[in-house]
Amino acid sequence: MKQYLAKGWTPVAAEAKAGQQPLTLVRKLLLGLTFRQYLSQAIRNPFNWVVGIIFAVGIPLVLYRFVFGLGAVTHSSYDYPWGLFLSFGLFAMVPLSASGFMLGTAVEIFGRHDFEPVERLAMLNGLLGYFFAVVFLLVDLGQPWRLPYPMTVAFGPAAVLFLVGWHVATYLTVQVAEVSVSFFEWINWPVCKKFIRRITIGLTVSGIILSTLHQGALGALFTYAPGKLHPLWYSASFQWLHFLVSSIPGGLCMVIVVSTIVKKTMAWRCDERFTANLDRLTISLAKGASMGLITYLVIKLIAIAHDNEWVYLSTGWGSWYLFEIGIGVVLPLFLFARGIRYNKLGMIRFTALLTVFGVVLNRLNTALIAFNWKLYQDIPHWKEIVISVTLFTLYIVTYRFILYRLPILFEWKVQPAEAPEAVREASRCPVKTTPSPAGAVFRNRD
Amino acid sequence: MSKISRRRFLAASLASGAVITLAPAKKALASATFEGYPDGMGVLVDLTRCVGCRSCEAACNQEQQLPAPDLPFDDPAVFDQTFHGGTQKRRTTEKAYTVVNRYEPKDGSAPVYRKIQCNHCNEPACLTSCFVNAYTKTKEGAVIYNSKVCVGCRNCMVACPFNIPAYSYSSAFDPMVKKCIFCHETRLKQGQPPACVAGCPQEALTFGHRASLIKIARERMRHQPGRYVDHIYGEKEVGGTSWLYLSAVPFEEVGFDTSLQTEPIISNVKDFLATVPMVLAIWPALFSGFHLLAKHKENHAGDDHSSVDEEAHK
Repeated sequence: MKQYLAKGWTPVAAEAKAGQQPLTLVRKLLLGLTFRQYLSQAIRNPFNWVVGIIFAVGIPLVLYRFVFGLGAVTHSSYDYPWGLFLSFGLFAMVPLSASGFMLGTAVEIFGRHDFEPVERLAMLNGLLGYFFAVVFLLVDLGQPWRLPYPMTVAFGPAAVLFLVGWHVATYLTVQVAEVSVSFFEWINWPVCKKFIRRITIGLTVSGIILSTLHQGALGALFTYAPGKLHPLWYSASFQWLHFLVSSIPGGLCMVIVVSTIVKKTMAWRCDERFTANLDRLTISLAKGASMGLITYLVIKLIAIAHDNEWVYLSTGWGSWYLFEIGIGVVLPLFLFARGIRYNKLGMIRFTALLTVFGVVLNRLNTALIAFNWKLYQDIPHWKEIVISVTLFTLYIVTYRFILYRLPILFEWKVQPAEAPEAVREASRCPVKTTPSPAGAVFRNRD
Repeated sequence: MSKISRRRFLAASLASGAVITLAPAKKALASATFEGYPDGMGVLVDLTRCVGCRSCEAACNQEQQLPAPDLPFDDPAVFDQTFHGGTQKRRTTEKAYTVVNRYEPKDGSAPVYRKIQCNHCNEPACLTSCFVNAYTKTKEGAVIYNSKVCVGCRNCMVACPFNIPAYSYSSAFDPMVKKCIFCHETRLKQGQPPACVAGCPQEALTFGHRASLIKIARERMRHQPGRYVDHIYGEKEVGGTSWLYLSAVPFEEVGFDTSLQTEPIISNVKDFLATVPMVLAIWPALFSGFHLLAKHKENHAGDDHSSVDEEAHK
């Protein structure tokens, strides 16, 4: 990409360059490069080779799982019915995808339009996280083709999973609608975009409701297994709050992590508005994450006090629990405080990664490691690990594919010289065409 | 404003008074937890009578048309099998809905054999955790399963406090939960005992109404003082189970989980389930309200107050 940039190429970021015909879909897909150019840059990128190797091993294994059954790629454990696919793919991915509703709330509900440069990234992060959680689920379900059954064929409305199913399905729809604004800009369907913008508040509020409930519901699922999950991770009264509250720093820190990666690896795709505001927004996100973390720490301790489980802290499990809290909550709190106080962005970004690790570790502990603590430890089958890595790689590749093209990290420019209809549309929902100065408050949307 | 007449006030007070007096009565009639159908059947397992012949395993295998076992049913070598680094004894699988294990009591007395199978809970965790309602607690007492609607999420296996349901992972296109169904279709519905009970040569298994089995268990304890531990396992555990156990040695020494709660598993989940309609009802107005408040502030951005606020946020 750098080579092309040096030669004067600019990535597609507008419907048409001044005085030119609108771009064709193929041209947009190829980012304005020729097919040959696109291919050669893809081959030069070493990351694609790593992806290629992972897919070469993993995709056949995924197919193998669907032809020969779950038993062929897992330990077929009756004691650990939920293995790595769900503990990592679903329970860990979903809290990291809380970013969509967090930033949606900040911008649309609380009117913090200064967060707009990362809003779309947060929304996309949410959508893809959920989408791939469902992909992981489809790999794990015994009969994945029956996934719509709880909505169409048989109903178990008293089950927590029934709520999870319905909420994840409707929330996915909401998120598709939210992210579709970028898609409609890219494909140039202004009427659809206008429609979505009109129902934004409704979408955002339903996003908050659905997120509150199913982030919590994922935690509440474990209240079905009181004796199996270690008491330090189990709380009949607060489990759903633990999951909900930890998803807040999880989602916000995921935005910091992803934006850091994006800034480092695809700077060509980020526009001035994104790059110039990112440092300031990173600090703001870190502040939000800190508040989430301190709340989470307090309610975790309250849960231990509530069930009087202090004695467990002196056991081996207690050390592991303290490690999780220490690395994933307490240390990030200190580091965030220092980072915010002294404006140390490197430290904040590292801490965000640490927090993400902490949330993932908590979900793995709850669903896999501290589960069946009275029985025995189950180490997932290597094929299960490879399939999980493959699906996660697919997630990264999809993420990158969309970031390359849709106006997530940059603003889509609508040329005033275009058809009159587009002008009217542009004037109705104005899209900024000039990069705004750093620190500016964006409030010219409605 | 309409004026409330004296008569209407009295009528309203009477009505609300009636509601208040009726309310607790209604609550007393409907117990908070479901304690099983009145005519629900059960089985009493007397561990002191079991000799570990595994006839029940063989009978179950035949009745449920399960595949032949790896070791024949008369091979005592299965009692020496352990799994997962020697920590686990045999458990129910997709090929065996009931399993007998041998335990050595701590006091050095003769080994005790314990049969495990689905305990057919009064308020089963598998049933309440299932999002497609694949499980049914029949009026005869059995917990049966409908594989036609099962999606294969295996939440029931996570929820079962006795680790009973197994899953046919080996099947790629029609995997399903495999567990004891109390021989519901073939026997229980006709009033017959399940195959394992019919096959027991030692009368270690007694089939009958759950309510009378509890009485029988108490009788036995009274007639032979000191023979049994003073507890009927399954009478209270997780809301009560249709299968009940009597033992001469402490239950925890023969593989039972004695830390189980007495309330059904679903009672742990009720707190959360209760918040769901509240969130659905309150959040829309709450967050739309926040939006209106924020918008109001935006429209008055010139006001002194809001600019101070803006500074505070930065």
